[in-house]
Amino acid sequence: MRIALDFAPMLAQWPLLLLGAAWTLGLTAISTLLGGIIGTGCAWARARGAAPLRLAVGAYVELIRNTPFIVQLFFIFYGLPAAGVLLSPVTASILAMTINLGAYATEIIRAGIVTTPRGQIEAGESLALSRVQVFLHVVLPPALKRVWPALVSQIIIVMLGSAVCGQISVEELSHAANLIQSRNFRAFEAYILATAIYLVLAIGVRRLLYWAGPRFVFGR
Amino acid sequence: MVDFTLWDIVRNLLLAARWTVILSVIAFIGGGLAGLILLVLPLTGNRVAELAIGGYVQVFQGTPLLMQLFLLYFGIALFGVDTSAWTAACAALTLYSSAYLTEIWRGCVASIPRGQWEASSSLALSFGQQLGHVILPQALKVAVPPTVGFLVQVIKGTALASVIGFVELTKAGGMIANVTYQPMLVYGCVALIYFALCFPISLYAGSLERKLNVGRR
Amino acid sequence: MSAAADPAPAPDTVLATPHTEVGAPIVRITALRKSYGDHEVLKGIDLDVMRGEVVAIIGKSGSGKSTLLRCINGLEVFQEGSLIVDGKPLLHDSALAMRELRQRVGMIFQSFNLFPHLTVGRNVMLAPRLVKKRNAAENEARARKLLERVGLAEKFDAMPDQLSGGQQQRVAIARALAMDPGVMLCDEITSALDPELVGEVLRVVESLAEEGMTLLMVTHEMNFARKVADRVIFMHQGRVHESGAPDAIFGAPQTPELKQFLSSLHD
Ligand SMILES: Nc1ncnc2c1ncn2[C@@H]1O[C@H](COP(=O)(O)OP(=O)(O)OP(=O)(O)O)[C@@H](O)[C@H]1O
Ligand SMILES: [Mg+2]
Repeated sequence: MRIALDFAPMLAQWPLLLLGAAWTLGLTAISTLLGGIIGTGCAWARARGAAPLRLAVGAYVELIRNTPFIVQLFFIFYGLPAAGVLLSPVTASILAMTINLGAYATEIIRAGIVTTPRGQIEAGESLALSRVQVFLHVVLPPALKRVWPALVSQIIIVMLGSAVCGQISVEELSHAANLIQSRNFRAFEAYILATAIYLVLAIGVRRLLYWAGPRFVFGR
Repeated sequence: MVDFTLWDIVRNLLLAARWTVILSVIAFIGGGLAGLILLVLPLTGNRVAELAIGGYVQVFQGTPLLMQLFLLYFGIALFGVDTSAWTAACAALTLYSSAYLTEIWRGCVASIPRGQWEASSSLALSFGQQLGHVILPQALKVAVPPTVGFLVQVIKGTALASVIGFVELTKAGGMIANVTYQPMLVYGCVALIYFALCFPISLYAGSLERKLNVGRR
Repeated sequence: MSAAADPAPAPDTVLATPHTEVGAPIVRITALRKSYGDHEVLKGIDLDVMRGEVVAIIGKSGSGKSTLLRCINGLEVFQEGSLIVDGKPLLHDSALAMRELRQRVGMIFQSFNLFPHLTVGRNVMLAPRLVKKRNAAENEARARKLLERVGLAEKFDAMPDQLSGGQQQRVAIARALAMDPGVMLCDEITSALDPELVGEVLRVVESLAEEGMTLLMVTHEMNFARKVADRVIFMHQGRVHESGAPDAIFGAPQTPELKQFLSSLHD
């Protein structure tokens, strides 16, 4: 038996794939930024906040971490309009990815925060820094440094997870593959190509974040 | 149009959730067995196996599970074999699990101090004996919490099988949402059922982890 | 020290009978060279160890002492030269030959390396059961006797993490003895111990020496080396730089390197 694979018609579709990859990266970048902020805030709330706040954040984190991303996305995109919240596919995707990453980032960053040596905080406070200043300048940078590898892995998981956003017709990479295969009926080749691009993106983003972390996020 | 009570919705979702559970169990066990083989092969010092398995893990962890599902769905068809969404989902999730479990377990084996390998080889134990009597029993203890934790990831992963048309919990949710015009309620219920499946496992994994850490001090 | 913890030398010997005739070297190392990448760590070692001989290896950190010991039981692969133990050459490529060799060579590590998931008794019984297929009753009797020999008879069912470092190291000695090795390699076996625990381990080693066990030991305990060793080898930069009887080595060192090494110990 012979299996004939033909990638030539695929390569002709490169602008679509490129655009798809750009969307994937764009969605990831925005939700990383927003999710990182949520994660940091919630991590602080969970580690040092008042009891009800801790409980609320805990509920958010567990709810998100114990349900599939696709269900979260569908709830936001298909479910929320019933409550009068109509979102475009792109907005719904960004919202879902942000909320999802925020929950995981909370746990990851919290793990970094709680391992801060007591003396560091005391040293900061004895220099008359405010609680917020101590958190932002003394506790957070080394905490992020400690958990950076885990955080980067999670960002990549969210990026790869964004493939389902194509299901609500966001024109990201998997959607591009879908479109191509519906035009030329070469599904396998289309998905192979898209998958390979995802792999390259995953490796590239990991490299980029490992490079960027010490320079822009937590200092050396 | 028929009216659906909440109970109708939940009952149908629960029936579909059976398939989520079955698919998860198959993928977890199949992936575990495959993962064990992939774990042991490179330990024998076979460089080629080590590189190949490293690549395998990298590919499965570096690409979307959704793409893996599509590839198996359309890939098996290329061989002229009639694929159902069910076979493709089982195969894809099994491969996916094997890659993750191998990686998790590799970390556990690597965490066993080198001295344990050296002491057991200086006592003339064979490779199999070292593995079976010295290394794996110790690695197993460390491996249980993350392995249980990974089960949650598998259960969540099965939701993607809905995209290739396998009717499990998520797919059933979509179908019911379409006929009831109550997407918020339906997806809310779907989410809660996943939560009910996953959260106890997460809690259990967490408590195992804490026990292990206490035991280590 | 309590009577129970004191390793009383057992009257009856528990050592194995030799494989080769008395008088032949049990370890014969010829022109052995070993490198890590471009870094040559052993630069041609020649060394014969006779049956029943106790050889102490001394030298600066990084001089290759551990590497030499680890080559002898095949934990490290060397590039040139030959190594014969008990008449059998060491062949890295043959797993079977390697296991043969390791049954003749026992090793005791600086960090004990007891198996933490097994009781003390099982630590001692594991290898004889798996490798020598010794029957259960005999194996247990033997293990109990060896533990008694190192003064730990009552610890048979204890877990390793319930023991002090000195006790763990004595279990490790019993575990190695259980395989009836012809040679024992000891790499700084007291270096990880609190000072007050060093004595109990050294006493066990000394009694082994008295019973005629062939010992190759890397040690920083110069007094012990002087007292117990038949021969002392000073290693320097991957070579056997000077060797001889303890009195000669410590009392009348010949080379400036050894003189410097010995005087550095006193500051
Ligand atoms: N696995 C390894 N890879 C590369 N180099 C190594 C390795 N093990 C040892 N070396 C190098 O080989 C040299 C000899 O090391 P070895 O451990 O034999 O010294 P040693 O005499 O036992 O020293 P010490 O008294 O500190 O134990 C050192 O320069 C060391 O850096
Ligand atoms: Mg050493």
